[in-house]
Amino acid sequence: MTLWPLIGIAVMVAGFVLRFNPLLVVLAAAMATGLAAGMDLLAVIAAFGKAFNETRYVSVIWIVLPVIGLMEAHGLQERARTMVAGLKGATLPRLLIAYLLLRQITAALGLTSVAGQAQTVRPLLAPMALAAAAPKDDDEADKVKAMAAATDNVGLFFGEDIFIAIGSILLMKGFLEQQGIVLAPFELSVWAIPTAVAAFAIHALRLRWFGRGAGA
Amino acid sequence: MIGLQQIYIFAGLVFAGFAVLSAGDASNAKRWGNAGFWGLLALSMLAGDRLGDLGNGVLVLAMVAIAGLGGVGRGAQVDDSAKRKARAAAHGNRLLLLALVIPVTALIGSFVFKAVPQLVDPKQVTLVSLALGVLLALGAGLVWLRESPLVPLQQGRRLMDALGWAALLPQMLASLGAVFLVAGLGQAVGGVMAGVIPDGSRLAAVVAYGLGMALFTMVMGNAFAAFPVMMAAIGLPLLIQHYHGDPAVIAAVGMLAGFCGTLMTPMAANFNIVPAALLELKDRNAVVKAQIGTALPLLAFNIGLIAWAAFP
Repeated sequence: MTLWPLIGIAVMVAGFVLRFNPLLVVLAAAMATGLAAGMDLLAVIAAFGKAFNETRYVSVIWIVLPVIGLMEAHGLQERARTMVAGLKGATLPRLLIAYLLLRQITAALGLTSVAGQAQTVRPLLAPMALAAAAPKDDDEADKVKAMAAATDNVGLFFGEDIFIAIGSILLMKGFLEQQGIVLAPFELSVWAIPTAVAAFAIHALRLRWFGRGAGA
Repeated sequence: MIGLQQIYIFAGLVFAGFAVLSAGDASNAKRWGNAGFWGLLALSMLAGDRLGDLGNGVLVLAMVAIAGLGGVGRGAQVDDSAKRKARAAAHGNRLLLLALVIPVTALIGSFVFKAVPQLVDPKQVTLVSLALGVLLALGAGLVWLRESPLVPLQQGRRLMDALGWAALLPQMLASLGAVFLVAGLGQAVGGVMAGVIPDGSRLAAVVAYGLGMALFTMVMGNAFAAFPVMMAAIGLPLLIQHYHGDPAVIAAVGMLAGFCGTLMTPMAANFNIVPAALLELKDRNAVVKAQIGTALPLLAFNIGLIAWAAFP
């Protein structure tokens, strides 16, 4: 075993700390790792190109932007704000905790793509959170929006593993099977429940504290 | 059968549209950079399978060169908030219904499409549902709001320019993960981690496993990449084979410890950096900072859960 490929991690960390363009950092880390592992330059470029072509599905999400843009041009964010402002008792913690619960439950049912940062957080949840929080200035508004994005992530991550046919469960099952340990997906997914409950409790508590700080 | 090929053609046409409209944005000093960047992404979507590995590599080099030299920017921002407010008031809550078209299509599609494997590739149900939702929402929106098809494309281009290079970062990181695997980075990290655990301490092994899962996920930006490495280095040889721990708990909760790492790293760009760009936050790391307070106690919980539940 050689430790040379670790140089990729060093390039990565240094690049981020020195605030180079992240795309440049990623490419440099890939080159450094590949060269350190004894590949020649063209082989590394080809390996990266192959991987890039096979991961195109990651960038497909941006096809939602025309829809989001059309709705926003017609006042979607403003409408979402008006709706929350009209609800009695719609405080920031209540709004985000309700979203967290909904996101965890739908993800646990395998419905991971019904919500997301582009589909729901930007056009709906963030403006709603702003309406509920009524922040004093831009810095506070940024904190509220960041917390809305964080709530979507926490709900997704700690809901989806309860569903038996999600990628991570299948990865674990496949890995263990290669080692001669045969488990049903259900035996794995049931162990996602305690952490899902803890994630809800911890994040909901933080949202209540956050709500006090944000004037809601 | 509808699968990735059709989705990539659709996405390629959308990005090609963004490229053409970017070139026409006279208010953007970097309009040719933007046009080139989105144009290359369109080329990758439309013809990536015909470019060959090296061809795709050169395409990536060109995109990174454009972005790395600061060639991607955005044009003048038009303040149309008064117009938006008036329109929002006129449309009422029907606008929110339109916003539900994509999620509802995803919901229905994930059930219906699985039942017709001859029509839709069962592995791509999510993406096909997403694309169908986009088409349905666009169709309904254009008819109801009486807009020309150019309007959503122009508005989408505006959002895409606001995202800029950040839009490509998730795919770049996914590709980096693949190169890391080819180069044997995982074994190197696993070897280092396994070397620091003191002999004979089960708790130390559990802590190293949980922390290692989170830390390596932070480096790779993805728990899927960390899982096989930490499992092979510590989980399997020590926790399962040596201390006879329950593999279901060790695997499942170990993965969740990795997810705590995902919350704390800019490397998980699609969850942490892209939202900061989408929400136009000043601090690129604002979402990560908002998540650390949840991730750290939850990581401690996960490590405790393994220590307690895996060894009855």
